[in-house]
Amino acid sequence: MLTKRIIPCLDVKEGRVVKGIQFLNLVDAGDPVELARFYDKAGADELVFLDISASHEGRDTMVEVVERVAAELAIPFTVGGGINKLEDMKRVLRAGADKVSVNTAALLRPELITEGSDYFGAQCIVVAIDAKYDEELGSWRVYTHGGRKPTQWEVTEWAQEAVKRGAGEILLTSMDKDGEKSGFNLALTKAVSETVTVPVIASGGAGNANHFYDAFTEGKADAGLAASIFHYKETSIGELKSELQKLGVFVR
Amino acid sequence: MIGIIDYGMGNLHSVCSALKRIEQPYILSGNPEELHETDGLLLPGVGSFKDAMNELKETGLIDFIKKETENGKPLMGICLGMQLLFEESTENGLTKGLGLLPGRVDRFSGVTAEGKAYKVPHMGWNNLHFLQKEQPLLKGLNEGYVYFVHSFVVQTDDRNVLAAAAHYEDVEVPAVVGRDHIMGTQFHPEKSSETGMGMLKNFCRFVEEGKQR
Repeated sequence: MLTKRIIPCLDVKEGRVVKGIQFLNLVDAGDPVELARFYDKAGADELVFLDISASHEGRDTMVEVVERVAAELAIPFTVGGGINKLEDMKRVLRAGADKVSVNTAALLRPELITEGSDYFGAQCIVVAIDAKYDEELGSWRVYTHGGRKPTQWEVTEWAQEAVKRGAGEILLTSMDKDGEKSGFNLALTKAVSETVTVPVIASGGAGNANHFYDAFTEGKADAGLAASIFHYKETSIGELKSELQKLGVFVR
Repeated sequence: MIGIIDYGMGNLHSVCSALKRIEQPYILSGNPEELHETDGLLLPGVGSFKDAMNELKETGLIDFIKKETENGKPLMGICLGMQLLFEESTENGLTKGLGLLPGRVDRFSGVTAEGKAYKVPHMGWNNLHFLQKEQPLLKGLNEGYVYFVHSFVVQTDDRNVLAAAAHYEDVEVPAVVGRDHIMGTQFHPEKSSETGMGMLKNFCRFVEEGKQR
Protein backbone atom coordinates (compact mmCIF):
# COMPACT_ATOMS: atom_id res chain seq x y z
CA MET A 1 0.00 0.00 0.00
CA LEU A 2 1.17 3.49 -0.80
CA THR A 3 2.26 5.42 2.28
CA LYS A 4 1.32 8.97 3.18
CA ARG A 5 4.39 11.15 2.72
CA ILE A 6 5.92 13.61 5.19
CA ILE A 7 7.88 16.35 3.46
CA PRO A 8 10.04 18.98 5.16
CA CYS A 9 10.50 22.20 3.23
CA LEU A 10 13.76 24.16 3.32
CA ASP A 11 14.03 27.79 2.27
CA VAL A 12 17.37 28.40 0.61
CA LYS A 13 18.79 31.85 -0.02
CA GLU A 14 22.06 32.31 -1.92
CA GLY A 15 22.88 28.69 -1.19
CA ARG A 16 22.18 28.82 2.54
CA VAL A 17 19.18 27.57 4.49
CA VAL A 18 17.38 30.45 6.17
CA LYS A 19 14.88 30.53 9.06
CA GLY A 20 16.21 29.55 12.42
CA ILE A 21 17.22 25.96 12.39
CA GLN A 22 17.52 24.84 15.98
CA PHE A 23 19.16 21.48 15.76
CA LEU A 24 21.98 20.37 17.90
CA ASN A 25 24.83 18.24 16.62
CA LEU A 26 24.92 19.85 13.21
CA VAL A 27 28.29 21.11 12.11
CA ASP A 28 26.76 23.68 9.79
CA ALA A 29 23.01 24.23 10.23
CA GLY A 30 22.88 26.61 7.29
CA ASP A 31 24.21 24.04 4.84
CA PRO A 32 21.34 22.59 2.77
CA VAL A 33 23.19 19.31 2.23
CA GLU A 34 23.86 18.85 5.93
CA LEU A 35 20.18 19.45 6.71
CA ALA A 36 19.05 17.23 3.87
CA ARG A 37 21.17 14.44 5.31
CA PHE A 38 19.68 15.06 8.73
CA TYR A 39 16.12 14.85 7.42
CA ASP A 40 16.92 11.77 5.36
CA LYS A 41 18.15 9.99 8.48
CA ALA A 42 15.14 11.25 10.44
CA GLY A 43 12.82 9.51 8.00
CA ALA A 44 11.65 12.28 5.65
CA ASP A 45 10.01 10.79 2.56
CA GLU A 46 10.99 13.63 0.26
CA LEU A 47 12.43 17.11 0.53
CA VAL A 48 11.40 20.41 -0.99
CA PHE A 49 13.95 23.16 -1.50
CA LEU A 50 12.50 26.56 -2.10
CA ASP A 51 15.05 28.92 -3.63
CA ILE A 52 14.30 32.42 -2.37
CA SER A 53 17.48 33.99 -3.79
CA ALA A 54 16.94 37.36 -5.32
CA SER A 55 19.97 37.29 -7.61
CA HIS A 56 21.28 35.32 -10.54
CA GLU A 57 24.36 34.45 -8.51
CA GLY A 58 22.09 32.99 -5.86
CA ARG A 59 20.33 30.87 -8.46
CA ASP A 60 23.64 29.55 -9.75
CA THR A 61 24.53 28.60 -6.20
CA MET A 62 21.25 26.68 -6.02
CA VAL A 63 22.36 24.49 -8.92
CA GLU A 64 25.49 23.59 -6.96
CA VAL A 65 23.34 22.77 -3.94
CA VAL A 66 21.16 20.51 -6.08
CA GLU A 67 24.22 18.68 -7.42
CA ARG A 68 25.57 18.10 -3.93
CA VAL A 69 22.24 16.91 -2.55
CA ALA A 70 21.75 14.54 -5.49
CA ALA A 71 25.25 13.16 -5.03
CA GLU A 72 24.79 12.36 -1.37
CA LEU A 73 21.17 11.43 -0.81
CA ALA A 74 18.98 8.53 -1.86
CA ILE A 75 15.58 10.14 -1.43
CA PRO A 76 13.62 12.22 -3.96
CA PHE A 77 13.62 16.00 -3.82
CA THR A 78 11.85 18.90 -5.45
CA VAL A 79 13.23 22.35 -6.23
CA GLY A 80 10.99 25.40 -6.48
CA GLY A 81 11.50 29.14 -6.70
CA GLY A 82 12.86 31.02 -9.69
CA ILE A 83 11.67 28.47 -12.24
CA ASN A 84 10.35 30.72 -14.98
CA LYS A 85 11.11 28.91 -18.21
CA LEU A 86 11.94 25.49 -19.62
CA GLU A 87 15.67 26.33 -19.43
CA ASP A 88 15.37 26.83 -15.66
CA MET A 89 13.70 23.42 -15.35
CA LYS A 90 16.45 21.80 -17.39
CA ARG A 91 19.19 23.33 -15.23
CA VAL A 92 17.71 22.06 -11.99
CA LEU A 93 16.60 18.63 -13.21
CA ARG A 94 19.87 17.96 -15.00
CA ALA A 95 21.71 18.88 -11.82
CA GLY A 96 19.90 15.98 -10.16
CA ALA A 97 16.57 17.23 -8.76
CA ASP A 98 13.68 14.79 -9.24
CA LYS A 99 10.95 17.39 -9.62
CA VAL A 100 10.58 21.12 -10.13
CA SER A 101 7.78 23.17 -8.72
CA VAL A 102 6.31 26.16 -10.52
CA ASN A 103 3.91 28.73 -9.15
CA THR A 104 3.66 32.33 -10.38
CA ALA A 105 5.37 31.60 -13.71
CA ALA A 106 2.76 28.92 -14.47
CA LEU A 107 -0.10 31.31 -13.76
CA LEU A 108 1.45 34.00 -15.92
CA ARG A 109 2.10 31.54 -18.74
CA PRO A 110 0.34 28.16 -18.29
CA GLU A 111 2.13 26.75 -21.37
CA LEU A 112 5.19 26.41 -19.14
CA ILE A 113 3.53 23.42 -17.43
CA THR A 114 2.97 21.69 -20.77
CA GLU A 115 6.49 22.43 -21.99
CA GLY A 116 8.00 20.92 -18.86
CA SER A 117 5.66 17.98 -18.84
CA ASP A 118 6.25 17.15 -22.50
CA TYR A 119 9.99 17.36 -22.06
CA PHE A 120 10.48 15.61 -18.73
CA GLY A 121 7.20 13.82 -18.08
CA ALA A 122 4.37 14.86 -15.79
CA GLN A 123 5.99 13.17 -12.80
CA CYS A 124 8.68 15.89 -12.76
CA ILE A 125 6.31 18.83 -12.73
CA VAL A 126 4.77 20.02 -9.48
CA VAL A 127 2.40 22.98 -9.65
CA ALA A 128 2.44 24.93 -6.39
CA ILE A 129 -0.73 26.85 -5.61
CA ASP A 130 -1.17 29.56 -2.97
CA ALA A 131 -4.84 29.99 -2.14
CA LYS A 132 -6.80 32.23 0.19
CA TYR A 133 -10.52 32.25 1.00
CA ASP A 134 -12.45 34.95 -0.82
CA GLU A 135 -15.91 36.00 0.41
CA GLU A 136 -16.91 37.44 -2.92
CA LEU A 137 -15.92 34.28 -4.78
CA GLY A 138 -17.41 32.01 -2.14
CA SER A 139 -14.33 29.86 -2.53
CA TRP A 140 -10.55 30.08 -2.45
CA ARG A 141 -8.77 32.44 -4.80
CA VAL A 142 -5.33 31.70 -6.25
CA TYR A 143 -2.54 34.24 -5.64
CA THR A 144 0.78 34.86 -7.34
CA HIS A 145 4.05 36.49 -6.27
CA GLY A 146 4.28 34.77 -2.91
CA GLY A 147 0.67 35.57 -2.08
CA ARG A 148 0.84 39.26 -2.92
CA LYS A 149 -1.26 39.42 -6.08
CA PRO A 150 -4.73 37.97 -6.53
CA THR A 151 -5.61 36.22 -9.80
CA GLN A 152 -8.95 35.52 -11.45
CA TRP A 153 -8.60 31.81 -10.74
CA GLU A 154 -10.76 29.84 -8.32
CA VAL A 155 -8.54 27.18 -6.77
CA THR A 156 -10.20 23.97 -8.03
CA GLU A 157 -10.49 25.41 -11.53
CA TRP A 158 -6.81 26.32 -11.62
CA ALA A 159 -5.83 22.93 -10.17
CA GLN A 160 -7.81 21.19 -12.91
CA GLU A 161 -6.30 23.42 -15.57
CA ALA A 162 -2.79 22.71 -14.25
CA VAL A 163 -3.37 18.95 -14.36
CA LYS A 164 -4.88 19.17 -17.83
CA ARG A 165 -1.72 20.96 -18.92
CA GLY A 166 0.51 18.25 -17.49
CA ALA A 167 1.08 18.80 -13.76
CA GLY A 168 1.99 15.54 -12.05
CA GLU A 169 1.37 16.75 -8.53
CA ILE A 170 -0.20 19.74 -6.75
CA LEU A 171 1.48 21.46 -3.80
CA LEU A 172 -1.37 23.31 -2.16
CA THR A 173 -0.69 26.04 0.40
CA SER A 174 -3.44 27.65 2.42
CA MET A 175 -2.52 31.29 2.92
CA ASP A 176 -5.17 31.55 5.63
CA LYS A 177 -3.48 28.84 7.66
CA ASP A 178 0.19 29.36 6.83
CA GLY A 179 2.28 29.93 9.95
CA GLU A 180 -0.70 29.47 12.28
CA LYS A 181 0.15 25.92 13.41
CA SER A 182 -3.57 25.38 13.98
CA GLY A 183 -3.94 22.61 11.41
CA PHE A 184 -4.11 22.33 7.63
CA ASN A 185 -7.03 23.87 5.78
CA LEU A 186 -9.08 20.70 5.46
CA ALA A 187 -11.94 22.06 3.39
CA LEU A 188 -9.54 23.52 0.83
CA THR A 189 -7.37 20.40 0.73
CA LYS A 190 -10.40 18.15 0.30
CA ALA A 191 -11.90 20.35 -2.42
CA VAL A 192 -8.72 20.20 -4.51
CA SER A 193 -7.90 16.58 -3.74
CA GLU A 194 -11.34 15.47 -4.88
CA THR A 195 -11.12 17.53 -8.06
CA VAL A 196 -7.79 16.36 -9.47
CA THR A 197 -6.48 12.94 -10.44
CA VAL A 198 -2.90 13.56 -9.31
CA PRO A 199 -1.42 13.52 -5.78
CA VAL A 200 -1.99 16.59 -3.59
CA ILE A 201 0.51 17.80 -0.99
CA ALA A 202 -1.15 19.76 1.80
CA SER A 203 0.82 22.73 3.10
CA GLY A 204 0.30 25.53 5.59
CA GLY A 205 -0.76 25.21 9.20
CA ALA A 206 0.90 22.00 10.43
CA GLY A 207 1.40 22.04 14.17
CA ASN A 208 1.15 18.43 15.34
CA ALA A 209 0.49 14.83 14.33
CA ASN A 210 -3.28 15.20 14.55
CA HIS A 211 -3.13 17.93 11.95
CA PHE A 212 -1.41 15.57 9.53
CA TYR A 213 -3.91 12.85 10.40
CA ASP A 214 -6.81 15.18 9.57
CA ALA A 215 -5.19 16.27 6.31
CA PHE A 216 -4.73 12.64 5.21
CA THR A 217 -8.21 11.49 6.24
CA GLU A 218 -10.71 14.35 6.05
CA GLY A 219 -8.56 16.42 3.66
CA LYS A 220 -7.74 13.40 1.47
CA ALA A 221 -4.18 14.65 0.96
CA ASP A 222 -1.46 12.28 -0.26
CA ALA A 223 1.35 14.08 1.50
CA GLY A 224 1.88 16.76 4.13
CA LEU A 225 4.50 19.47 3.97
CA ALA A 226 5.83 21.54 6.84
CA ALA A 227 8.75 23.78 7.62
CA SER A 228 8.88 25.40 11.02
CA ILE A 229 7.63 22.53 13.19
CA PHE A 230 10.50 20.40 11.94
CA HIS A 231 13.14 23.12 11.86
CA TYR A 232 12.44 24.26 15.40
CA LYS A 233 12.34 20.66 16.54
CA GLU A 234 8.82 20.99 17.93
CA THR A 235 8.11 17.63 16.33
CA SER A 236 10.61 15.15 14.98
CA ILE A 237 9.66 13.24 11.88
CA GLY A 238 10.15 9.95 13.71
CA GLU A 239 7.74 10.96 16.49
CA LEU A 240 5.26 12.29 13.99
CA LYS A 241 5.32 9.06 12.04
CA SER A 242 4.95 6.81 15.05
CA GLU A 243 1.96 8.87 16.23
CA LEU A 244 0.41 8.65 12.79
CA GLN A 245 0.98 4.92 12.78
CA LYS A 246 -0.88 4.63 16.09
CA LEU A 247 -3.74 6.54 14.52
CA GLY A 248 -3.85 3.99 11.73
CA VAL A 249 -2.14 6.01 8.97
CA PHE A 250 0.13 4.00 6.70
CA VAL A 251 3.60 5.57 6.80
CA ARG A 252 7.11 4.41 5.96
CA MET B 1 33.01 -2.21 -14.71
CA ILE B 2 29.34 -1.28 -15.23
CA GLY B 3 28.16 0.46 -18.39
CA ILE B 4 25.30 2.92 -17.93
CA ILE B 5 23.53 3.16 -21.27
CA ASP B 6 23.15 6.82 -22.24
CA TYR B 7 20.58 7.21 -25.01
CA GLY B 8 19.31 10.69 -24.24
CA MET B 9 16.40 9.68 -22.04
CA GLY B 10 16.16 11.49 -18.75
CA ASN B 11 18.20 12.03 -15.71
CA LEU B 12 21.24 9.79 -15.47
CA HIS B 13 22.86 11.91 -12.83
CA SER B 14 21.19 10.18 -9.89
CA VAL B 15 22.14 6.68 -11.12
CA CYS B 16 25.74 7.80 -11.61
CA SER B 17 25.96 9.33 -8.15
CA ALA B 18 24.43 6.21 -6.61
CA LEU B 19 27.17 4.06 -8.18
CA LYS B 20 29.78 6.56 -7.01
CA ARG B 21 28.43 6.27 -3.46
CA ILE B 22 28.82 2.50 -3.48
CA GLU B 23 32.28 2.89 -5.08
CA GLN B 24 31.32 0.94 -8.17
CA PRO B 25 33.41 1.79 -11.25
CA TYR B 26 31.23 2.67 -14.26
CA ILE B 27 31.21 4.37 -17.60
CA LEU B 28 28.36 6.43 -19.02
CA SER B 29 28.14 5.91 -22.75
CA GLY B 30 25.90 5.56 -25.77
CA ASN B 31 28.64 3.95 -27.82
CA PRO B 32 28.19 0.17 -28.35
CA GLU B 33 31.94 -0.40 -28.69
CA GLU B 34 32.65 1.24 -25.35
CA LEU B 35 29.72 -0.48 -23.67
CA HIS B 36 30.84 -3.84 -25.04
CA GLU B 37 33.98 -3.59 -22.91
CA THR B 38 31.95 -3.50 -19.67
CA ASP B 39 30.85 -6.47 -17.55
CA GLY B 40 27.24 -5.48 -16.99
CA LEU B 41 24.76 -2.95 -18.34
CA LEU B 42 22.38 -0.55 -16.62
CA LEU B 43 19.46 0.77 -18.65
CA PRO B 44 17.88 3.77 -16.91
CA GLY B 45 15.16 5.93 -18.40
CA VAL B 46 12.50 8.52 -17.74
CA GLY B 47 10.01 9.58 -20.37
CA SER B 48 7.84 7.79 -22.88
CA PHE B 49 8.29 4.21 -24.07
CA LYS B 50 7.96 5.18 -27.71
CA ASP B 51 10.56 7.97 -27.56
CA ALA B 52 12.92 5.66 -25.70
CA MET B 53 12.64 2.85 -28.27
CA ASN B 54 13.13 5.36 -31.09
CA GLU B 55 16.28 6.70 -29.45
CA LEU B 56 17.64 3.19 -28.88
CA LYS B 57 16.91 2.29 -32.48
CA GLU B 58 18.56 5.37 -33.95
CA THR B 59 21.71 4.82 -31.92
CA GLY B 60 21.95 1.13 -32.88
CA LEU B 61 21.56 0.14 -29.27
CA ILE B 62 18.61 -2.25 -29.73
CA ASP B 63 20.68 -4.79 -31.64
CA PHE B 64 23.59 -4.19 -29.34
CA ILE B 65 21.58 -4.88 -26.16
CA LYS B 66 20.02 -8.00 -27.68
CA LYS B 67 23.37 -9.38 -28.76
CA GLU B 68 25.12 -8.64 -25.48
CA THR B 69 22.36 -10.24 -23.41
CA GLU B 70 22.28 -13.27 -25.73
CA ASN B 71 25.93 -13.69 -24.87
CA GLY B 72 25.08 -13.65 -21.19
CA LYS B 73 25.94 -10.11 -20.18
CA PRO B 74 23.90 -8.99 -17.13
CA LEU B 75 21.40 -6.20 -17.76
CA MET B 76 19.38 -4.20 -15.25
CA GLY B 77 16.59 -1.86 -16.33
CA ILE B 78 15.37 0.92 -14.06
CA CYS B 79 11.87 2.45 -14.22
CA LEU B 80 11.17 3.04 -17.93
CA GLY B 81 14.34 1.02 -18.58
CA MET B 82 12.66 -1.96 -16.91
CA GLN B 83 9.51 -1.54 -18.98
CA LEU B 84 11.62 -1.55 -22.16
CA LEU B 85 12.74 -5.10 -21.36
CA PHE B 86 9.23 -6.36 -22.15
CA GLU B 87 7.53 -7.13 -25.46
CA GLU B 88 5.39 -4.06 -26.09
CA SER B 89 3.72 -0.98 -24.63
CA THR B 90 0.53 0.91 -25.38
CA GLU B 91 2.06 4.28 -24.38
CA ASN B 92 1.42 6.76 -27.24
CA GLY B 93 0.35 3.96 -29.56
CA LEU B 94 1.51 0.36 -29.59
CA THR B 95 5.32 0.15 -29.60
CA LYS B 96 7.53 -2.91 -29.61
CA GLY B 97 9.98 -3.23 -26.74
CA LEU B 98 13.24 -5.16 -26.43
CA GLY B 99 11.28 -8.38 -25.91
CA LEU B 100 13.76 -9.84 -23.41
CA LEU B 101 11.01 -10.65 -20.90
CA PRO B 102 7.44 -11.79 -21.57
CA GLY B 103 4.70 -9.22 -20.96
CA ARG B 104 3.31 -5.88 -22.02
CA VAL B 105 3.06 -2.41 -20.55
CA ASP B 106 -0.27 -0.64 -20.09
CA ARG B 107 -1.46 2.50 -18.35
CA PHE B 108 -3.00 2.15 -14.89
CA SER B 109 -6.75 2.19 -15.53
CA GLY B 110 -7.34 4.70 -12.72
CA VAL B 111 -10.44 2.78 -11.63
CA THR B 112 -10.66 -0.35 -9.48
CA ALA B 113 -12.78 -3.37 -10.41
CA GLU B 114 -15.39 -2.01 -7.96
CA GLY B 115 -15.49 1.28 -9.81
CA LYS B 116 -13.52 3.36 -7.30
CA ALA B 117 -11.34 6.02 -8.95
CA TYR B 118 -7.69 6.22 -7.89
CA LYS B 119 -4.78 8.52 -8.65
CA VAL B 120 -2.33 8.07 -11.48
CA PRO B 121 0.71 8.26 -11.40
CA HIS B 122 1.44 5.72 -8.70
CA MET B 123 3.73 8.09 -6.83
CA GLY B 124 5.41 7.67 -3.48
CA TRP B 125 6.77 5.02 -1.13
CA ASN B 126 5.23 1.59 -1.32
CA ASN B 127 6.25 -1.63 0.41
CA LEU B 128 7.57 -4.60 -1.48
CA HIS B 129 6.46 -8.20 -1.19
CA PHE B 130 9.20 -10.60 -2.17
CA LEU B 131 7.99 -13.45 -4.35
CA GLN B 132 11.43 -14.87 -5.09
CA LYS B 133 13.83 -14.21 -2.23
CA GLU B 134 16.76 -15.73 -4.12
CA GLN B 135 16.48 -13.46 -7.15
CA PRO B 136 19.91 -11.79 -7.45
CA LEU B 137 18.64 -8.25 -6.73
CA LEU B 138 16.83 -9.31 -3.57
CA LYS B 139 19.45 -11.59 -2.07
CA GLY B 140 20.08 -10.84 1.60
CA LEU B 141 17.63 -7.93 1.69
CA ASN B 142 14.46 -7.52 3.73
CA GLU B 143 11.13 -6.44 2.33
CA GLY B 144 11.10 -2.66 2.60
CA TYR B 145 9.77 0.56 1.16
CA VAL B 146 10.85 1.88 -2.22
CA TYR B 147 10.01 5.01 -4.20
CA PHE B 148 7.75 4.68 -7.24
CA VAL B 149 6.77 7.22 -9.89
CA HIS B 150 5.00 5.75 -12.89
CA SER B 151 1.76 5.79 -14.84
CA PHE B 152 2.33 2.59 -16.81
CA VAL B 153 2.59 -0.88 -15.38
CA VAL B 154 3.83 -4.26 -16.63
CA GLN B 155 1.31 -7.04 -17.18
CA THR B 156 2.69 -10.53 -17.46
CA ASP B 157 1.18 -14.01 -17.39
CA ASP B 158 4.54 -15.51 -16.52
CA ARG B 159 4.80 -15.49 -12.71
CA ASN B 160 8.37 -16.74 -13.01
CA VAL B 161 9.64 -13.31 -13.99
CA LEU B 162 8.02 -11.63 -10.95
CA ALA B 163 10.52 -11.36 -8.13
CA ALA B 164 8.79 -8.72 -6.01
CA ALA B 165 5.50 -6.86 -6.19
CA ALA B 166 3.85 -3.83 -4.62
CA HIS B 167 0.13 -3.31 -4.26
CA TYR B 168 -1.51 -0.14 -5.45
CA GLU B 169 -5.27 -0.07 -5.12
CA ASP B 170 -6.33 -3.37 -6.74
CA VAL B 171 -3.28 -3.65 -8.99
CA GLU B 172 -0.38 -5.99 -8.29
CA VAL B 173 2.52 -3.88 -9.53
CA PRO B 174 5.52 -5.86 -10.79
CA ALA B 175 8.26 -4.06 -8.88
CA VAL B 176 11.29 -6.32 -9.32
CA VAL B 177 11.40 -8.58 -12.37
CA GLY B 178 14.00 -10.88 -13.77
CA ARG B 179 15.00 -14.02 -15.56
CA ASP B 180 18.54 -15.32 -15.43
CA HIS B 181 20.88 -12.39 -16.05
CA ILE B 182 18.18 -9.95 -17.20
CA MET B 183 16.43 -7.98 -14.48
CA GLY B 184 14.90 -4.68 -13.53
CA THR B 185 13.08 -2.52 -11.03
CA GLN B 186 9.98 -0.43 -11.68
CA PHE B 187 10.94 1.93 -8.86
CA HIS B 188 14.08 4.04 -8.60
CA PRO B 189 16.60 2.12 -6.47
CA GLU B 190 18.85 5.18 -6.41
CA LYS B 191 16.02 7.13 -4.71
CA SER B 192 14.86 4.35 -2.44
CA SER B 193 17.11 4.70 0.58
CA GLU B 194 18.81 1.55 1.93
CA THR B 195 16.54 -1.01 0.27
CA GLY B 196 17.13 0.47 -3.16
CA MET B 197 20.83 0.96 -2.67
CA GLY B 198 21.02 -2.66 -1.52
CA MET B 199 19.61 -3.77 -4.87
CA LEU B 200 22.12 -1.71 -6.83
CA LYS B 201 24.89 -3.29 -4.76
CA ASN B 202 23.40 -6.71 -5.43
CA PHE B 203 23.41 -6.09 -9.16
CA CYS B 204 27.04 -5.01 -9.05
CA ARG B 205 27.89 -8.12 -7.05
CA PHE B 206 26.02 -10.30 -9.56
CA VAL B 207 28.04 -8.73 -12.37
CA GLU B 208 31.25 -9.29 -10.47
CA GLU B 209 30.40 -12.95 -9.81
CA GLY B 210 29.51 -13.40 -13.47
CA LYS B 211 33.01 -12.34 -14.43
CA GLN B 212 34.42 -15.17 -12.36
CA ARG B 213 32.13 -17.80 -13.83
